[in-house]
Amino acid sequence: MIARWFGKNASQDAAVEAAALRSDRFRQAREGDWQRLETIVTRIEGGRLRKLSDEDLLALPALYRTAISSLAIARETSLDAALIAYLEGLARRAWFAVYGPREGLGAWLKRFFLGGWSAAVRGLGVDLLIALAMMVLGTVVGWLLVSGNPDWYYSLMGSDDVRVPGASREALLHTLFGQQDQTGLSMFAAFLFSNNAQVSLFAFALGFAFGLPSILLLIHNTAGLGALLWLYHGQGLTLELVGWLSIHGTTELFAILLAGGAGIHIGRAMAFPGDAPVLVAAAAAGRRAAQVMVGVVLMLICAAVLEGFGRQLVDSTTVRLAIGGTMLALWLAYFFAWRPARGQAAA
Amino acid sequence: MALLRRRRVRLRPGPDRRQRQVITPEGVPLPFTIGARGARAAALIIDYVLIVAAMAGLTYLVASLANAVHIKADERNPVGQALVVIWIVIMFLFRHIWFLYFELGPRGATPGKRIVGLRVAARDGGRLTTEAVVARNFLRDIELTLPMIFISTTLAMGEDASFAGWAGTAWFLIFVLFPFCNRDALRAGDVVAGTWVVEAGRDRLKAALSTGAGAQGHSTLTQTRYEFGEAELSVYGEYELQVLERVLRDDNAEAMADVAQAICTKIGWTNGRGDERAFLEAYYTQLRARLERGMRFGRRKADKHS
Repeated sequence: MIARWFGKNASQDAAVEAAALRSDRFRQAREGDWQRLETIVTRIEGGRLRKLSDEDLLALPALYRTAISSLAIARETSLDAALIAYLEGLARRAWFAVYGPREGLGAWLKRFFLGGWSAAVRGLGVDLLIALAMMVLGTVVGWLLVSGNPDWYYSLMGSDDVRVPGASREALLHTLFGQQDQTGLSMFAAFLFSNNAQVSLFAFALGFAFGLPSILLLIHNTAGLGALLWLYHGQGLTLELVGWLSIHGTTELFAILLAGGAGIHIGRAMAFPGDAPVLVAAAAAGRRAAQVMVGVVLMLICAAVLEGFGRQLVDSTTVRLAIGGTMLALWLAYFFAWRPARGQAAA
Repeated sequence: MALLRRRRVRLRPGPDRRQRQVITPEGVPLPFTIGARGARAAALIIDYVLIVAAMAGLTYLVASLANAVHIKADERNPVGQALVVIWIVIMFLFRHIWFLYFELGPRGATPGKRIVGLRVAARDGGRLTTEAVVARNFLRDIELTLPMIFISTTLAMGEDASFAGWAGTAWFLIFVLFPFCNRDALRAGDVVAGTWVVEAGRDRLKAALSTGAGAQGHSTLTQTRYEFGEAELSVYGEYELQVLERVLRDDNAEAMADVAQAICTKIGWTNGRGDERAFLEAYYTQLRARLERGMRFGRRKADKHS
């Protein structure tokens, strides 16, 4: 390092000699490094990363540390306010470049699909089980409520539909099969922007209110499922309904389960933060949950494709069950069985 | 510490409540300025306008391409349908892709933020992780997009959904007002991600004032040499030095004449008019040399009163 300072060209040496103040000699000796750093940082800020030579990229961290240490020294030895302001600005810009995100969108997506997502899902741990229990509970409660008093059906599912208590077997059957006249596109779009897809987003968002609204939302929505099961069961169409639901439902319900689990995860971290401050605990849980939720959005798109096209093309309960079961098995295997190289899967 | 704070307040007119110190991983404090809330709102609006424009442009491009090769999106044409599905998915994800692509790229900011000069940074001074950027952008959906969809669907449903409408409005307001309820102007996504939005200004290195001819004490105009003694230099401190630096950098003849007059009165000199710049440069350099020598021995003089 010292050798480099003395290795400057003759004119610079003369300028250093001429400078009256020790702090100016300090400045003149390092100015070349600062200016090189500034050039590199300006290129990076302009997005011209490809024009940077490997040499410059490798030099960036060392030059950044030079600037940071120059700043620390200048603060103690120099009263040149403009110099300190410049060094602060330069160090800040270099800090953004050195400590910015290390990978682009493509690299992150690759890591996300190859382990990051499933690790985040596994990181939810017991909260997934809580969400699952709530969804099962909701279904059972829905069934029991409606079987006790069919009026409950209207408050759970609404009444502007053919699927109401007392509907004939044919009417119900028609809702499950023979809808080939509908275009897949409109169903696909309708699903994506439907309430159902937003339920999962809400289940996550409401986690910030200590998770209780997430739980209520899960129970409320699966209660409708229980009521629907009861209705079709009354006409001996349980298996057909399950097949109809499962083709996209295993993916959709799984997504809702993950979203609910993510919401409960945040809520639980806030209610029981352990040793960490509440905000820190909530932030750590929130970052993991956000990863899960990016995946949930992708799962919902997947469910939309299955609902829009799979369900109208496949009109047989057996095949529907097979597709739904396969999807479920795939998701389970992807999240819990398949564990690629440890370490890179940061949650 | 009290001295330092006093000096800072006097250097910058008005208390600057958006200044923050962050300790870098190297252990050096770096000053940051929190981005103004108005600038952040402007950046968001610019981004949304650009997103809508980009979506419209992309749609037009896809539609005209499909027209050119005679693909129609009806149910007898699987290619057309697949195209429409892909298009819907891209539109559905477009705003996420927009924010993530730009904030994870080398520029590290969306076009809106670049225009108003803002950047996202980690609050602890460490590395800004990809996960943090993903989290803060995903939460924007919950803060803004979700309540907007909620309110607009309840509005479309009509009168009987007033409770849901109010709930959606309350939700929206809580998150929109969130940045006004903490001093770092954090939105909920920033809290979760451990980030904040700071100003990303750039300064040019200004020439040193203490290396010119005048700084050596030589006056090119009068061929005299300004030399100040210990008694004449000891009247001022660091605050006055920096005021002097600013006056010299502004290079306003009237202001320099006033300051030179004030210094002469203070140190008991009488000085002719017309050579103020050389006089001030010489005084600046020698005062700085004296104060910096004191700094090296651990003696600091904040201003003329100390």
